[in-house]
Amino acid sequence: MTEKSPLTVLDRPNSFIGKSVSRAGAKRLLEGRGTFVDDMTLPRMVHVAFCRSPFAHAKFGAINSEAAKAASGIISVVTGRELAEYCTPWVGVLTHLQGLKSAPQHAIALDKACWQGEAVVAVIAETRSQAEDAVELVEIDYQELPVVADMETALDDATPVIHSDLGDNLCFQREVDIGEVDKAFADAHCVVEETFNFGRHTGVCLETRAIIADYNPSEEHLTVYLSAQAPHMMKNLYAKHFGLNEDKVRVVCKDVGGSFGIKVHTYPDEMATGALSIMLKRPVKFNADRLESFVTDIHARDHRVKARMAVSKEGKFLAIDMDDLTGIGPYSVYPRTSGIEANQVINLTGGPYTIENYRANARVVFTNKNGMCQYRAVGHPIACAVGEGLVDAAARAMDMDPVELRRRNLIPDDAYPYTYATGLVYEQLSHHQCLDKLLEMMDYDGLRREQAEYRDKGIHRGIGFASMIEVTNPSPAFYGVGGAFISSQEGCTMRLDHTGGITCTVGVTEQGQGSDAVMAQVAATAVGVPMENIRIVSGDTDVVPYGGGTWASRAAGIGGEAALRAGKALRENLLEIAAIILQADAAALDIQDGAVVDADGGTERMPLSELGRIVYFRGDTLPKDVQPELVVTRHYVPKAFPFAFTNGVEAFYVEVDVDTGFVKLLKCWVVDDCGTIINPMLVDEQIRGGVVQGIGGALYEECLYDERGQYLNATMADYLTPMAMEMPDIEVGHVETPTKDSELGAKGVGEAGTTGAPAAIMNAINDAIQPFGKHVSDMPFTPERILKALGKV
Amino acid sequence: MSDTLTVNLTVNGEKVSRAIEPRRNLVDFLREDLQLTGSHVGCEHGVCGACTLRVNGEIVRGCLMLAVQAEGAVVETIEGVSDSGEIADLQEAFHERNALQCGFCTPGMLLAAADLLNANPGAGRDQIREHISGNYCRCTGYQAIVDAIEAVGRKRSGQSS
Ligand code: FES
Ligand code: FES
Repeated sequence: MTEKSPLTVLDRPNSFIGKSVSRAGAKRLLEGRGTFVDDMTLPRMVHVAFCRSPFAHAKFGAINSEAAKAASGIISVVTGRELAEYCTPWVGVLTHLQGLKSAPQHAIALDKACWQGEAVVAVIAETRSQAEDAVELVEIDYQELPVVADMETALDDATPVIHSDLGDNLCFQREVDIGEVDKAFADAHCVVEETFNFGRHTGVCLETRAIIADYNPSEEHLTVYLSAQAPHMMKNLYAKHFGLNEDKVRVVCKDVGGSFGIKVHTYPDEMATGALSIMLKRPVKFNADRLESFVTDIHARDHRVKARMAVSKEGKFLAIDMDDLTGIGPYSVYPRTSGIEANQVINLTGGPYTIENYRANARVVFTNKNGMCQYRAVGHPIACAVGEGLVDAAARAMDMDPVELRRRNLIPDDAYPYTYATGLVYEQLSHHQCLDKLLEMMDYDGLRREQAEYRDKGIHRGIGFASMIEVTNPSPAFYGVGGAFISSQEGCTMRLDHTGGITCTVGVTEQGQGSDAVMAQVAATAVGVPMENIRIVSGDTDVVPYGGGTWASRAAGIGGEAALRAGKALRENLLEIAAIILQADAAALDIQDGAVVDADGGTERMPLSELGRIVYFRGDTLPKDVQPELVVTRHYVPKAFPFAFTNGVEAFYVEVDVDTGFVKLLKCWVVDDCGTIINPMLVDEQIRGGVVQGIGGALYEECLYDERGQYLNATMADYLTPMAMEMPDIEVGHVETPTKDSELGAKGVGEAGTTGAPAAIMNAINDAIQPFGKHVSDMPFTPERILKALGKV
Repeated sequence: MSDTLTVNLTVNGEKVSRAIEPRRNLVDFLREDLQLTGSHVGCEHGVCGACTLRVNGEIVRGCLMLAVQAEGAVVETIEGVSDSGEIADLQEAFHERNALQCGFCTPGMLLAAADLLNANPGAGRDQIREHISGNYCRCTGYQAIVDAIEAVGRKRSGQSS
């Protein structure tokens, strides 16, 4: 499995790597003793609510706030122009996405709202309900403007330009053309072609976005309590746009009620809250309600992809040619931009296969809808569904088993390192091993027999596969090179306390995925102490080493390696001091289970608490030239590859009711290779949670807008998310191929499940309805869409 | 400020009397007036179940009930059932099985699970799934939650798991 020498830290006695340890931090949450932002109240704190544009595109002139100002409990009513004195606008571009453009965006619109839900006026009151009441009293004179609602026509001459300074509605375009695509199609035995539509959907974190900004003018110091993923990134942006000294900005993320990429962006209402705290010189809280979340939390996946694939007579994939169009709302979201998803789509499509000729065109256009940006698995579910949809279309066209067709084209497990047509470099993947394992887990042959038996009874079941790759452990190539202050490196500071306990501060952040627990397992293993001796502190920029936070499946792989290095360094320091105290050779000592022991035989020599006691209280007993260092910091940034790719395969078994169009998910299997597994239970739960979010996009979730840019289903009752009743049990298996770029060898796993589920479900539905000679490719696959495809409505 | 009404109720075994606005819902009252922040608010329109509470022994959505409707009622929150140890076995099973990630849905989920197991400790997986279908979880995908509830049900009804 691993070629590492047996002396690696992973093989140490009492290693916690690979153990399903329960998360220490989960206990407070189980008793309702967590601290989410809305649970906090600060002295003199006031609440802000926003008047939001009811129109998708409108100019506004006079704002009459007299009645609102006179209402009970009102502290202030603030317009965009007034707030602009305290917060400069931003532009969501990155230099490595060449040509990407966007317009300056303000915390509160100055004179024009560009989507339904954009904040237009802020009302600040003693209580949230007073602020919300007074919002109703503000009179705003709107003049509706023509709306760009359809991305297909956004670039037409007849369509109005949303930001006239930009000249057109094109945010970003990228073309790639590799190999000899036209020749490959001309030579092909079979060409399959399909248009795929992906519904706009959103994260629906159960905890809505929330912030408390607390500005202290006497020290020109701002503290922000935020439900977010990347505290250091936000610290930088607050300083930059509020004109503060960055060293005097502190961002604290306590418990975060789900994030999934939703909480890693700059939101105008949150920036407004920070600026208002500076303006009003007191703490200000904003907590989005669910309606506000639907109309302002970033959306994702609104893509239309036309794609075709050329296949040889032997079933070899020769070429892919595709066109991706996506409508991202009126601004490229800051600072990660709204060009990344399309970029991922054209980078990753067909990525598991040996395809040499590849052409893709991606266009990202502005529309008058809520902004789109990076949400869990960014672009992957689209790329995967397009690629895997074409594979199954080819299997149908050539009357081949979809597994056999995949086998002929998946990159061989011994072909690595491998460079894909689009330039992606894979260190070492395991597609064939994963597929073999999956087929065994699901009893593929048995399932096919069962499917045939049911078909005879008029019951339509289908089996669908998706092979996938996932971008994890990103290096600075993702954002840093584009000029954003988004850190790819991570740090861990580790301190031995006199009790023998170890406090670790880490830059990665806990969103419920279990990063704190994983850091603790690595730290305990590297130093040689029991889990309960480790305490992890994360999420506070005043305390933790500089880090990027949680995104792009990086916490375990990058943060974990930093913790490993810190743990090893601390252990070395401890052994050095222990050797002096015990008058022994450091190399003959080890640390196990919280005590210094003889490396040979494991006889205990001294508990770490005794070492701590001597160092902290009886330094006089140590030699004069010895200064113990019981605090160490180590960092890690991936260098060998731009990304540590992982791979996996998912399969779904579904039943389609061809009379009602309902899809029943019978079972799901996943085999994933995320390298070294630190905590198998947490890895499996990341996969399951991810799969279920993918199911949401495939079957239920869609932000529906009308032609006037009005959001039609912005409640939890109308926007359907997966519920317990409809979800299948998900069986998870693993192949472990550690990355050699780090000693720990861990890669990411947070987005794998979401990547493959939509593709596998689509293929399973199409397998089920194949006898009717029909198929579907517009997500979500609602009963209505399935009946339409079957020609029944 | 609108007129207030005085409400007397029992919360987690303690007698409470407060003057409150008639429009205030029960979960806001608990969170803001009594600082019992363990009950969460995910939608404020009765769908997500994050605000699940127990009132006079029945689970209710705290966002759909006005605080003034709780006059004379016995209200129990996650804080109360945690401190009393009543659901300690469920909490332990959720912890062991990692049946929570962010934990925002968890207090409501635990109260819904306790309600089911009190009535029917032998509930099967489908019954469990159906019973918690009004409690959204965006993180876990539900399987671990079903596993944990099933394991506790088995233990409580004396079957080995
Ligand atoms: S907050 Fe009450 S059901 Fe969602
Ligand atoms: S654990 Fe996050 S919503 Fe359930």
